[in-house]
Amino acid sequence: MPSFDTIVIGAGPNGLAAAHRLASKGASVLILEAGAMPGGGAGLAHLSYNLDPRVQKAMALSSHGLQWATADLATTALSADGRHLRMEGAVGALLSGDISQADRRAWAALRARLLRFASVLAPLNHMAPPRMTKGVGNPLLGLAKIGLRARMLGAADFRELGRILLTNVHDLLDDELSDPRLKGALAFDATLGGWLGPRSPNSVLPWLVRLSGQTAGVQGALGLPKGGMAALAAAMVKSAQAAGVTIRCNARVQRVLIEGERAVGVTLMNGEELRAARVVSSAPPKSTLLSLVGPRHLDAGLITRTRHQKARGAAAKLHLTLTSLPDFRGANPMDRLIIAGSEQDVERAFNPVKYGRVPALPGMEIILPSAHDPRADGLHHLSAIAQFAPHAPANRDSARADMRAACLAQLETHAPGLGARIDHAELLMPYDIEDRYGLPGGQWHAGELSVEQMLFLRPLPGIAQYKSPVAGLWLASAGCHPGGGVSGSAGWNAALAMEAAP
Amino acid sequence: MIYDALIIGAGHNGLVTACYLARAGLKVLVVEKNDWVGGAAVSRELYPGFTYSNCSYVSSLFRPEIMRDLELPKHGLQVLPYEGGVLFTEGGGYLGMFRDHEANRREFARHSRRDAEAYDRYSRDILRNCRLIRPMLMRRPPDLASFHPRDLMELAWLGKQITGQSEAQIYDMMRFWTMSISDFLDGYFENPAVKAYQAVGSIIGTALGPMSPGTAYVLLHHAMGDVDGNVGSWGYSRGGMGGITKALTASLLAAGGEVRTGSGVAQVLVQGGRAVGVALANGDEVRARRVISNMDVRRTFLKHVEAKELPAEFLKRVQRFKTRGSSGKLNIALDGLPEFTALPKGAPNIKGDMHFTDSIEKMEAAYDDWKAGHYSAQPFQDMMIPTLIDTTMTPPGKHFMSCFVQYAPPKIEGREWTDADRDGFRDACLNQIEAHAPGFKSKILHVEVRTPRELEAEVGLTDGNIFQGELTFDQMFFNRPVPGYANYRSPIRDLWICGSSTHPGGGVMGAPGRNAAAEVLRDMKMPAKDMSDAYAIV
Amino acid sequence: MSTLRHFETPLLKTPFHARTEAANKLWSWGNWGGYTTALCFDDLAMEHSAIRNAATVYDLCPMIKYRIEGPDAAEYLNRLLIRNAAKLSVGGVQYTAWANDAGHMLDDGTLFRLDENHYRLCCQERHLNWLLDSAFGFDVVITEETEDIAALSLQGPTSAEILRRAGFAIEGLKPFRMAEFALGTGRVMISRTGFTGDLGYELWTTPEQALPLWDLLFDAGTLHGLRPIGSQALNMARLEAGLIITGMDFTPADTCVREDRLRSPVEMGLAWMIDWEKGHFTGKAALLAQRDRGTKWGFVGLEINGNIAAEGSILYHDKKTEVGVITGAIWSPVLKKNIALAQILTKHAAAGNIWTEIYALRELHYEKLMMRARVVDRPFFVHPRRRATPPGRF
Repeated sequence: MPSFDTIVIGAGPNGLAAAHRLASKGASVLILEAGAMPGGGAGLAHLSYNLDPRVQKAMALSSHGLQWATADLATTALSADGRHLRMEGAVGALLSGDISQADRRAWAALRARLLRFASVLAPLNHMAPPRMTKGVGNPLLGLAKIGLRARMLGAADFRELGRILLTNVHDLLDDELSDPRLKGALAFDATLGGWLGPRSPNSVLPWLVRLSGQTAGVQGALGLPKGGMAALAAAMVKSAQAAGVTIRCNARVQRVLIEGERAVGVTLMNGEELRAARVVSSAPPKSTLLSLVGPRHLDAGLITRTRHQKARGAAAKLHLTLTSLPDFRGANPMDRLIIAGSEQDVERAFNPVKYGRVPALPGMEIILPSAHDPRADGLHHLSAIAQFAPHAPANRDSARADMRAACLAQLETHAPGLGARIDHAELLMPYDIEDRYGLPGGQWHAGELSVEQMLFLRPLPGIAQYKSPVAGLWLASAGCHPGGGVSGSAGWNAALAMEAAP
Repeated sequence: MIYDALIIGAGHNGLVTACYLARAGLKVLVVEKNDWVGGAAVSRELYPGFTYSNCSYVSSLFRPEIMRDLELPKHGLQVLPYEGGVLFTEGGGYLGMFRDHEANRREFARHSRRDAEAYDRYSRDILRNCRLIRPMLMRRPPDLASFHPRDLMELAWLGKQITGQSEAQIYDMMRFWTMSISDFLDGYFENPAVKAYQAVGSIIGTALGPMSPGTAYVLLHHAMGDVDGNVGSWGYSRGGMGGITKALTASLLAAGGEVRTGSGVAQVLVQGGRAVGVALANGDEVRARRVISNMDVRRTFLKHVEAKELPAEFLKRVQRFKTRGSSGKLNIALDGLPEFTALPKGAPNIKGDMHFTDSIEKMEAAYDDWKAGHYSAQPFQDMMIPTLIDTTMTPPGKHFMSCFVQYAPPKIEGREWTDADRDGFRDACLNQIEAHAPGFKSKILHVEVRTPRELEAEVGLTDGNIFQGELTFDQMFFNRPVPGYANYRSPIRDLWICGSSTHPGGGVMGAPGRNAAAEVLRDMKMPAKDMSDAYAIV
Repeated sequence: MSTLRHFETPLLKTPFHARTEAANKLWSWGNWGGYTTALCFDDLAMEHSAIRNAATVYDLCPMIKYRIEGPDAAEYLNRLLIRNAAKLSVGGVQYTAWANDAGHMLDDGTLFRLDENHYRLCCQERHLNWLLDSAFGFDVVITEETEDIAALSLQGPTSAEILRRAGFAIEGLKPFRMAEFALGTGRVMISRTGFTGDLGYELWTTPEQALPLWDLLFDAGTLHGLRPIGSQALNMARLEAGLIITGMDFTPADTCVREDRLRSPVEMGLAWMIDWEKGHFTGKAALLAQRDRGTKWGFVGLEINGNIAAEGSILYHDKKTEVGVITGAIWSPVLKKNIALAQILTKHAAAGNIWTEIYALRELHYEKLMMRARVVDRPFFVHPRRRATPPGRF
């Protein structure tokens, strides 16, 4: 076995992005992946909304096989009575369906404002979070530019940004719009992947973060890679390998090896010891600090704060194999289909989750990949994210059964006859996601992307600049700034931070 | 006769503004629609021999600088500290609060030894934030988008307050200001009853549940006051909360100001873009060089100012100003003291605040009812018996019980409250008390029930919101009431606002009224010589 | 927990209360950690004099005591404390301290190693949360045992003699060692430790044995001048010994509101006990940075001109610039000197030209004194009898 100077734990998008960057700057990099296949959390996502353009370009993903089935996925907000609302273009640029002129106008204005705000904040995604102190090499120029751009929005917009930053999605939508389908679909999108309902204060900022993403250069656009998200992951793997990165699968790391208070490598589950001058963990910060490093090497206060870091997943993942393409009352099966109901329904779907219970009418984001890419066996695949689901119910099995029944009932309501076409069904509750992907609480972002866990507070104050408290160990997970999605941003930022380190 | 200043509404903030202006030598008139003064700081006798604190019921936030400047104790104000407090738990137990540190620690330790000790660290962190926020209460917030030197200097001052802390403390502060109280408390406590008790201040008056982000700040809003320097303590105004407004009125009259009750305003008179007085509901017109409204902003600008006088953007923001009421109130005349079965004889806890909701989850569930447009089936109550401390309010041996109740929506499923709804709301509260104090109901002589409907109709609080506008970030500090207008002014010249819709918000603080008066005097280039500097928490 | 009626007696009584109550002629009581404890029994000067001349007992029960047990106990304590707990042998006692992540001091205390995997930590403040939180990932059990142990401090030149007369063979017991003896139907653990800088012992037993132990000591000690002392006399002795008290000489970090009041062990003059080589411990990174960078604050002993105690006085450089504050001060009857402990800006600690402004209230008016202060080594008071083994016979 050749020796490496850098070991990266985890072959998810962030691990791959970091490894690629480090390798292309001359490091010899080994990625250790616990699973049988590289890709990590990309296996959980079913569309792309925030692939980091820096990563996409530097990793030359298109020349490594990334092709978009569509780089501008349309959305249909389903209505049980067939009065669907279709939202074409990035973030519903064009609405079709019977919706009032007033709502069309109001949405156009609100959408434009939100995208403006998101684009002002977007550069934050591409830098290490600043520290709230002087003389620590903060990216002052970049920050000043963001401040200036915000101010250049004009007095009215600037004040509005100051007003809505910590407000809630429900009021924001309710102030401007009246159509419950539109408000519902937007409220659903805004709270996707979070542990909060649209009425929760602080729900707007995570939405703006989501809207700062892009696909193929279009802000807010959703992309579906040819061959699914696995293909995107595969392109990243190929690119990393082309850059000289070695990837070892089925190599679960048990501990970060620490000698003389410095990370000097890792120990695998099988006892094997691998040494390297630098260890980069793209595993969630919670698991990295609590189990891979462990309390003996860290301060007690940090351990306590890590244990209290919020990581409640509230999204369940449903996979159905169907004997034929379902009919969602005439909706285009190539679209992203959303079952959200009204903004009140989205809130109602969150209510029981607060108490560890399952909602009667969960919201769903549905993709039918086989409508884009027919399968050889003629079967169809329905992939759905269902919200909200409890991460720690009293009884896991019965919660899973309840959630599954609720999801199937929702599907049946919106696509009568779908139930009869199910060949195989699998529902992953947040705790199943935790077991399968190692994400604490089944939380997509490897730690909630909530305001008090964002930017320099992410994953925790004091360790937000990718450098861990243990010399030689770096954090490069979605649990770090700027959060998850198949973006590679956190990994890339981490690699930049390593380069800048003395 | 032209007044220098006409104040609409004889609530505590309107009276505070009036007092400061009258003391500065202005000719001041306060007009009040009700036949009595007080607004939401009022004491009324609705049952013979019994004085109620009909709306607000305890005092802590009312700024002592104002008491001093306006000589309120001389005019009859007395704030009495109270002791105790108890949260009754399901199954007949209780968690008590004590003024004595050790008694309190040992009481908490009955429930959790860890929590008993964590309480000191928790208090420290709350106090740290109180020290930070205190100096901000009696200053005019800056306009974020302004390049005016005063706004820039205010922003710089604010920046200095924040960066004057250590890096770690800045992070802690930011987390605190954005967190839900539930998440915040999880960082200190493990016992559900302990957490529920600490969460009380985070939801009172708020259309949010304890799991909503932003509620940790609301807790601070209720913790930053003091009784005689004891930060976070609450007390009773002797003779009920009307004692505050009675003293303010006496102080105003002594300074040469006038008050006209029974004089509701129909319209603010605007000529050439300037406010010149008001037309009263009885048809009289009163002229004034400036009009200062103590009504909430929605009532002021949507009901008493012609829309054409206002810029569209301002009007839109005022229309969207959130005033959703979330609370109701029961004022009860009792023939005798109820006996709470859980409490040992002689326990002083009934002299303080009492609660029946023993977990964050139950509080949150009560909020879910509100979101669905219902009053809570199992309401959260902040219940007091002020007459255990202040014996002036009832005949000897009789008691006044004040029950602040959450949640109660402004509308029931989108429609108006009916009397049947109101009775159902009342019974939900009374039954909850009866379950912990059997025989309680038989001691009731009279009950005044106030839902958001009654609060709006009588006090004039839009949607029955006790803070004259929700205390969420989008309506706080430089955003309160409307971004760009956090300066107590309005788009109409000489029309000012001084109520709790303005910074720093509600809670019978008087700070909005004082800040408005300071701005008026500054605008007139008059020295505010009778205004003491804000007291810091040294 | 004990009772629902504790609101009637907010302060607890220690197991020695029946005796301390009987002896407290001044009825001078104070609240120490929730316990009613004696401030002074009859005459402060006599009590202090007994510490240095005869023997005294002081009721230590309110000290907070934790039992730390388990296979990871030593490892756990080494992560918790700044000193090396693994180096402490069974039967030994160690003065120690601990800090939070930022290196700010939480408390100091004494650590007793009762067995290979069994320690007792004895300190001024309550730290259950910090100790339990620190235990995450360690195989240890932490139990507060304050109420399970009655502790009595026996200090003074004749203390060893009294113990011998009471039947305890402590001749061979060296400073910072302990030994266990039979006491009535139970046991008493005697450690050669104390807070006076003098020859002395601390006795640890169960609450049931408290009064018999007291009586046993007084039976043996009457001829040797044994008397009970209150916190005021102890405070004089500890100042002479140059020892610090949490809450008096520094504010513990977990309850400290004002950030500029936080102090590290380095700033409190405890750098000597930090074991930089033992591996990671909480606060190490922060303390290392402080060691390399130097600290803003230091902690010193002062000798002050004149004979008026400078309690709470402000320190000045060149009579003008404020450079620190005195945290404890007395006229020392045994040294015949005016001594003090002080927090001082390090850059002024060595430079000299330090003055302290003393406000002496005399018949309703202050006599304002500007007195020169000199930084001196601690302890102020040292006597060979403290360490002599076997202890001398007095």
